[in-house]
Amino acid sequence: MDLSISALNYQRGIKNGDFTVEEFISKSLERIKLVDKNLHAFLKLNDLALEKAKEVDRKIKSNQNVGKCFGMPISVKDNMCIAGSRTTCASKALENFIAPYTATAVGRLDSEDAIIIGKTNLDEFAMGLSTEYSAFGPSKNPWNLDYVPGGSSGGSAVSVSANECIASLGSDTGGSIRNPASFCSVVGLKPTYGLVSRFGLISYANSIEQIGPITKTVEDSAFLLNIISGKDSSDNTTIDNKNQDYLKDIDAGIEGKKIGIISEMTNSEGLSDEVLNSTNEAIKTFERIGANCEEVSLQMVPYTVAAYYTITSTEAGSNLARYDNIRYGYEFDSEGFEFNSYISQARNKLGPEVARRMILGGFVPSAGHAGKYFLKALKVKSKLTSEIERIFEKFDFLISPTVPIQPFKFGEKIQDPVSFMLIDFNTVTANLTGKPAISVPYKIVNGLPIGMQIMANSLNENSLLQAAYALEKTVELPEVPI
Amino acid sequence: MTKIGLEIHCQLTKLESKLFCPCKADYREFEPNTNVCPICLGIPGSLPLLNKKAVEKATLIAMALDCKTPEKIAFFRKSYFYPDLPKNFQITQLNADGYGNRSIGWGGKVTIDNKEIRIRRIQLEEDPGRLIYEGATERTKITLVDYNRAGTPLVEIVTEPDFENPHQVRNFLNILSDLIENLGVSDPGLDGAMRADANVSIEGGSKVEIKNIGSFHDLEKAVHFEITRQQSLAEREIEIMQETRHWDDKRKITVSARTKEEEEEYRYHLEADIPWVNISNNVKNQLQIQMPENISSKKERYVSKYNIAPQVADILASDKYFSDLFENANNETDAKDIANMITTDLMGLVDTREKREQSKLEPKHLADLIECIKLNKITRTSAKLALEKIVKTGKALPQIIEEFDLGHVSDKSTLEGIIGEVLKQETKAVEESKQNPEILNYLVGKVMQKTQGKADPELTLAILKKNLGID
Repeated sequence: MDLSISALNYQRGIKNGDFTVEEFISKSLERIKLVDKNLHAFLKLNDLALEKAKEVDRKIKSNQNVGKCFGMPISVKDNMCIAGSRTTCASKALENFIAPYTATAVGRLDSEDAIIIGKTNLDEFAMGLSTEYSAFGPSKNPWNLDYVPGGSSGGSAVSVSANECIASLGSDTGGSIRNPASFCSVVGLKPTYGLVSRFGLISYANSIEQIGPITKTVEDSAFLLNIISGKDSSDNTTIDNKNQDYLKDIDAGIEGKKIGIISEMTNSEGLSDEVLNSTNEAIKTFERIGANCEEVSLQMVPYTVAAYYTITSTEAGSNLARYDNIRYGYEFDSEGFEFNSYISQARNKLGPEVARRMILGGFVPSAGHAGKYFLKALKVKSKLTSEIERIFEKFDFLISPTVPIQPFKFGEKIQDPVSFMLIDFNTVTANLTGKPAISVPYKIVNGLPIGMQIMANSLNENSLLQAAYALEKTVELPEVPI
Repeated sequence: MTKIGLEIHCQLTKLESKLFCPCKADYREFEPNTNVCPICLGIPGSLPLLNKKAVEKATLIAMALDCKTPEKIAFFRKSYFYPDLPKNFQITQLNADGYGNRSIGWGGKVTIDNKEIRIRRIQLEEDPGRLIYEGATERTKITLVDYNRAGTPLVEIVTEPDFENPHQVRNFLNILSDLIENLGVSDPGLDGAMRADANVSIEGGSKVEIKNIGSFHDLEKAVHFEITRQQSLAEREIEIMQETRHWDDKRKITVSARTKEEEEEYRYHLEADIPWVNISNNVKNQLQIQMPENISSKKERYVSKYNIAPQVADILASDKYFSDLFENANNETDAKDIANMITTDLMGLVDTREKREQSKLEPKHLADLIECIKLNKITRTSAKLALEKIVKTGKALPQIIEEFDLGHVSDKSTLEGIIGEVLKQETKAVEESKQNPEILNYLVGKVMQKTQGKADPELTLAILKKNLGID
């Protein structure tokens, strides 16, 4: 049995009777057992996966209605709640947190008979881009175990890339889906802000983050988006997309479409030669298949990383303020503490990157400093948004490499926080403007993946996926070596 | 010149649910921490879901206070650590640079005794939970937290410092409380439903905030105390510090809570989980139509249309319970009598919140009573007794009259017998009546006393006159 098949091929396989759900799930579990001690994609596996598989098989056999996922194994980043099981955010502070509800996106997969095979690793509270900040240890890149898988949804990307499951749900605040997708050579989509419900996603920077699919193919991305998107009465920010079918006409091609190449991202200081060369190739490919490519400048881009960290720190400061160990948390004797010292003691369990951003988040929006930092960051955000709106009047898509560099070795970048942050250079624009963006695997150079990013205007996921599909068709990549 | 400003917090107790979740807006009578859910407890992964009705009710208050209202409102996070705040930030509103005026209302005014009090801002926010201390706040060893109240819809009304003395403050609060009750958005009589803080400054001094004041009565006293304290400092040329002071209910003084040097740091920023809410002109027009008649025009109408005495009209119009009763009982012909019955007879019977809640009186009872008095079926005295029984039992008037034998004694021979007895006992009065016809009233009273007020007054008078030989 081939565990590397796409979701759509899994569907066909089940429908044809090529294999049963139970067979597929038990093979997947075997593989996880085999490879995950090295990869560490998973923080926890679903003990009931096999039971659920048998149940779906029974449904199929007795010709009952079966959901579109037909029991396919899907992993979920461990910052999305599942009722009754632990959701840790890869933090010691939430080590034993059991949510009383299931995140809407996960619940929608469940009602389509997906089997949530396990919860995947991430940087603590999704703050980071390598999983090195996970309190439970990093995940490894399946293309080379000495290299980081990207992050923060690193575990999700690894689990899909290493064929431990068919697909995964990640969350993307500044590139957290696209960055690891690019580093692990899988497809990662960050939808338009509001297209997918955030109910049950543990907030980090709630004004810009989105849940999205990490998959083996662009078609699978559309398939999952069909299931998880749309209005949700538990999230006031969700948009009604009228049950749009993102799979329909996905092969429409990009003949005659106008593509802007964001010059700030293809001429940036941090861009590696390998990535630049691949990008130039990708541009040629796009032209060959009928698109018109043109350089375009997004002048706010050089300021976006600073703005991004200012805004996300501010929101993280308030979103994480609730972890004061009063209403829930861990055993800890409050005797002898006054309230403020109690809180600082209670927060000892938060890791160094979370602490850094919360300290930053206490400072940048404070009364004496907001004008210099937080309000300026908001100004960058709004200028960037109007700039990109104007550009989308002329262009259908904007492209850039997803990440300016290829995967790096563990410990290689983490010592220098500022240059570390700059790795987000190409991804944060989509979050700050709320636009959809996708990372498509493009090349393997020196045994390590490079992904291309395509951005589109709000709610244009349909055409975005068409463009990604067209690019994907031109690419042939080796199999993952693990 | 002394300047006093107010910050009034008013819960929208008439709403079904809290501001951002389905828990009950009226948390009273719940066991501690049972009127809670993941949203109002701020459990990770939960998101606030705005109660649109709260936005409408708050807008109604803003319109009634003559405020400007925005096209779109926005919510902000106000961050501070306090155990009663489940998320360690409060979702509230702000009129901030770069966003424009996004609170429920601003720039309003209320005129009281020809003095204009300007309303600076009205905002909608969530109430925190409640802290219960063991003993005095400063010395408590144990603090208990009850989150039942957390998330209750709260409207904050901020005035400009337009008051000059405690009396004006008290007056304003009474009128505001009546106004809010009249709008049907809140029941200010409920414990904690309406709270106020004050800021006080005298000529040349810094602004001092007074918090933690339990009642309007105490607020008046606290403001009075604070003015005196500041004046005495000024006389001794001691600087008045800008600070927050707490009202100590036991000692009846204000005590320093914290100086403004440790200026609160709230790190305001937009609450992205709640999209901006459009309040269209259509909605505003609808609200205007629903807006109940205001107290002063109600009063004017009572006076001009029904010829009700101004003092009676005033009492009636400013109390929603009584004015609703009046409007529903009023059949246009007996308006004045119904109004008088409410203010003279009924008010004493239902003078507390509990009594009002327990009262079984229906508007129809009032109309029936007046009609029976007019048709001479019952005396005023008996009517008063009947009202008391009705409030207790809710039974129909004819049943009450029969059960308690309140009907007129209009049988001539029975009355003649009773009057004969009275005249025998009151020999002195009978004597005096020859010179002083006023004495007749005294004798009528005596007959009423004997008949427990049931004697037909006209017949009694006629028989008395005949017996005493007065024409």
